[in-house]
Amino acid sequence: MLNTKAVDLVVVGGGPAGMAAAVAAAEAGVEEIVLLERQAKLGGILPQCIHNGFGLRYFKEELTGPEYAYRFMLELKKKPRIQVKTETMVVTITPDRQVVTTSAAEGLVCYQARAVILAMGCRERPRGAINIPGTRPAGIYTAGSLQYLLNIEGFLPGRTAVILGSGDIGLIMARRLTLEGIRVRAVLELMPYSNGLNRNVVQCLEDFNIPLYLSHTVTAIHGQGRVEKVSVAPVDADLQPLVEKGFDLACDTLVLSVGLIPENELSLQAGVELDPATGGPVVDSFYQTTVEGIFACGNVAHVHDVVDDVSAESAIAGRAAAAYLRGEIGGNRWLPVKAGRNIRSVVPQRIVVGQATPLYIRARFPEKNAQLNVGHGHSKRRIVSPGETIYYTVKPEDICSQEGFVRVGLEGGKVDD
Amino acid sequence: MTELTCIVCPVGCRIRVDRAENGLKISGNDCPRGLTYAREEMTAPKRILTAVVEVAGGESMLPVKTKEAIAKAKIWLAMQETKAITVSGPVTVGQVIKDNVAGSGVPLVATGMIPGDA
Amino acid sequence: MSITEVDVLVIGGGVVGAALIRELSRYELDLVLVEKEVDVSFGTSKANSGIVHSGVHDRPGTLKAQLSVRGCQLFPELAAELDFLYKQNGAVVVARSREELVELEKLVENGRANGVKDLSLISREELRRIEPNLSAELVGGLLAPSGGIVVPFDLVFALTENAVANGAKLMVNTEVLGIKEEKDGFFVRTNHRPIRAKLIVNAAGLYGGEVAAMIGDHSIQLYARKGEEYLFDRKLEGLVQRTVFPLPSKVSKGILVIPTVDGNIMIGPTAHRVEDYDLSTSLAGWNEIFPAARKLVPTLQPTDLITAFSGLRAVGTSGDFIIAPSIISPRFINAAGIESPGLTAAPAIAEYIVELIKDSGLPLARKQKFNPRRTVVRLRDLDPQAQAELMQKDPAYGQIVCRCEMVSAGEIRDAVRRGATTLDGIKLRTRSGMGRCQGGFCTPKIIRLLSNELGLPPEQISKNGPGSELLFGRLRGDRAKEEKQHA
Repeated sequence: MLNTKAVDLVVVGGGPAGMAAAVAAAEAGVEEIVLLERQAKLGGILPQCIHNGFGLRYFKEELTGPEYAYRFMLELKKKPRIQVKTETMVVTITPDRQVVTTSAAEGLVCYQARAVILAMGCRERPRGAINIPGTRPAGIYTAGSLQYLLNIEGFLPGRTAVILGSGDIGLIMARRLTLEGIRVRAVLELMPYSNGLNRNVVQCLEDFNIPLYLSHTVTAIHGQGRVEKVSVAPVDADLQPLVEKGFDLACDTLVLSVGLIPENELSLQAGVELDPATGGPVVDSFYQTTVEGIFACGNVAHVHDVVDDVSAESAIAGRAAAAYLRGEIGGNRWLPVKAGRNIRSVVPQRIVVGQATPLYIRARFPEKNAQLNVGHGHSKRRIVSPGETIYYTVKPEDICSQEGFVRVGLEGGKVDD
Repeated sequence: MTELTCIVCPVGCRIRVDRAENGLKISGNDCPRGLTYAREEMTAPKRILTAVVEVAGGESMLPVKTKEAIAKAKIWLAMQETKAITVSGPVTVGQVIKDNVAGSGVPLVATGMIPGDA
Repeated sequence: MSITEVDVLVIGGGVVGAALIRELSRYELDLVLVEKEVDVSFGTSKANSGIVHSGVHDRPGTLKAQLSVRGCQLFPELAAELDFLYKQNGAVVVARSREELVELEKLVENGRANGVKDLSLISREELRRIEPNLSAELVGGLLAPSGGIVVPFDLVFALTENAVANGAKLMVNTEVLGIKEEKDGFFVRTNHRPIRAKLIVNAAGLYGGEVAAMIGDHSIQLYARKGEEYLFDRKLEGLVQRTVFPLPSKVSKGILVIPTVDGNIMIGPTAHRVEDYDLSTSLAGWNEIFPAARKLVPTLQPTDLITAFSGLRAVGTSGDFIIAPSIISPRFINAAGIESPGLTAAPAIAEYIVELIKDSGLPLARKQKFNPRRTVVRLRDLDPQAQAELMQKDPAYGQIVCRCEMVSAGEIRDAVRRGATTLDGIKLRTRSGMGRCQGGFCTPKIIRLLSNELGLPPEQISKNGPGSELLFGRLRGDRAKEEKQHA
């Protein structure tokens, strides 16, 4: 039958999460680690993120994406126990941790792992997912695909662009295209606020006089062979387009930066439970999923604002997998998180009793001067924005195991207009 | 009068800068860091430029950056100079690709690598 | 300029032309199929519901009824021969009220009159048992087990590839510009070299009227009916097993919920007469389709949408297919107005036209060495053992390019050798880029693979033909060179 290999740990995905998890697991003494990456090179999305702004939290210095990835590649080189398999695609993961892969080099290979770390990252929402009416010409790219074509392959993908979505990727692509001589006619944002960092609004748009249309969306795509123009309209309070107030923008390229979706098709095969709020697996303080011995970290678990957090969380998962392999974790008592007022999601979703756990919290709407309550702990938050992670490390004394859950909520804030 | 959005923290104060006889009159900032930011933005704004350069005979581009922030006013010139560069491998991360880009005194350095034959 | 001399010229590389050229390739004939687009199936045949209809809907005595029931019967064996994506999943027409139950009974009678076998009426409970995700409001159904689903473009590719393997010529990017009747046939002007044919079959779809008019036959009056369809993520596979129809309206079979052979769920189509051949989808279309589909399957969620498309059907004014020799010449056969159920009927239309050709006096002699089979590698559908063996033989099948649909570099290379020259040609032949990320990850890789395999620079690679190029050139190379020349 299939070529089956027994190993201690399989890490699925060689982006920032997988690299950090593999390095941490190796440092914690795991003997046989296989790191699987479908692309030809490690680093995931980082090599194409040529802009700066990475590493301030994790390395305490400002790096570009390729530099950030390089730091981890150097770490991996120092860990001969980690077998790196690039251009290797995982096709199946079973609940009992069989990982089936395919590659040109080795064909079909099955790993029987004692532990698995899921680190597949996320993908971009395509045009169809947001159902933009109109024709289907060439010239519609998701921001990440365009970034790859531009920064890695070195292609000129268009001459005049409109960008839908003002998250950080959309903003960064607006600047990048402009610097390459591609005219960015507008960045459109459905919401009344940008989901990107202020810094990016200022340095990517204002520096280059690129107009940002808040509360606007694309209502139709025109063009037969290639995009010729897009119809744009403001939206009302219910985000419904007011087509009568619309206008057209001529362009040959439409860039979509309309959200990221954790890639959990393999997780579902493995029987892992997903959290509808994050789109990623439900995990505990050790980033263990609901299936024993299967861990998840990075953007496959929840979409992060900054890669630094991915590295930090993935190191926890890597060390936890090592502890699991030594028989040290398992059977821990945990409490579920209960989302209260203005809380969209909390990761981890299960807090292990007695374990200080850094939480990644996301709010539903912007507000000011709120109090964040986590169990019996609390802290003041001057600014709450759905686009920015709220950090809080829940301490063992914050939670009361009799209550059966940990409530997380924002209280007493002031909501702007 | 100029209005700036402060980028120091997520609050994003709208800072108003007026030219006064004895320098700049800055208002709207919630904290002293905003004052420093506004003063620098008004007198000597700086940015890091990141871009890619062509690799001779290669299929992938090489990512580069200015080693430090350069005057914002020099970004376009620096970009023009960057566009004209073609490098040959091998290149290591941090290697200087071009000295004194746009006369800024700051070098352009590689942020990625081109593996060598050896 | 040299002239291509053939016995039969088929104009139009849609499903009708493809089925016909394949049927004709059983005979000792010189054949050519011309298609004006860059690839076969790029018109109506790529954008429809992909249903093999049982034949309950059509009016008895019509060509539609006769040929769709026959076509439906031909599909299982044809699929076995040609290895295209087909499944006899059965169809169910559902009733939403007692009044509609009466209509269902009429439909059963209609179907039986057409010769559709194994029709049965089923109770609300039975309906719930066999399709548990259907709305609880539905009161009963008509089960038509012979109905099926097919990937329509895959069928067209299979038919043309098999025809080519049996000696037929295929000319894409070839538009017929004029036809002159001569003593023993026709002289046909195209945008490339001319063709001289003893007999012509006009299977030009939406352009059937214009092509007929080239010989002075103005009897073919067609208009376009547009249908929008919306496609959901494969994670919904199994939501319904059978194709679910409401009771038909006067103009169409209504808004359906269709399980595709690939495991997606599709809803649609709209059916509106349009004056221009624009293929856009609209908010109005969605607002018409989605609530109607939800009445059948209430759990459908807009968040599971992955894409939408629309297609145009060529509709004749008579309400039936027009398949007959032209009034101008017995050696010019029109196959026009092939709207729904044209996909189902196509194999039967081909048989029917072969009979018309025999009647015309063109001698048809069966080929000794006709090979009815065609196969393709579809990695995703193989069991692990077979996958492993394949990868051992050819490592290109181990290199996955499209992660969502598990398509390998080997299959993409095969697709180019099978005739794909564009991104859409690759997509329709292999499914790469058709999954949930809609090409976000694989597009750059496919551009490279196409560029290498076709020997064209990446900027000449297009989505679906000239004017739809994906890239404008190198970011630097050309410009840097230009600047150097200036300096």
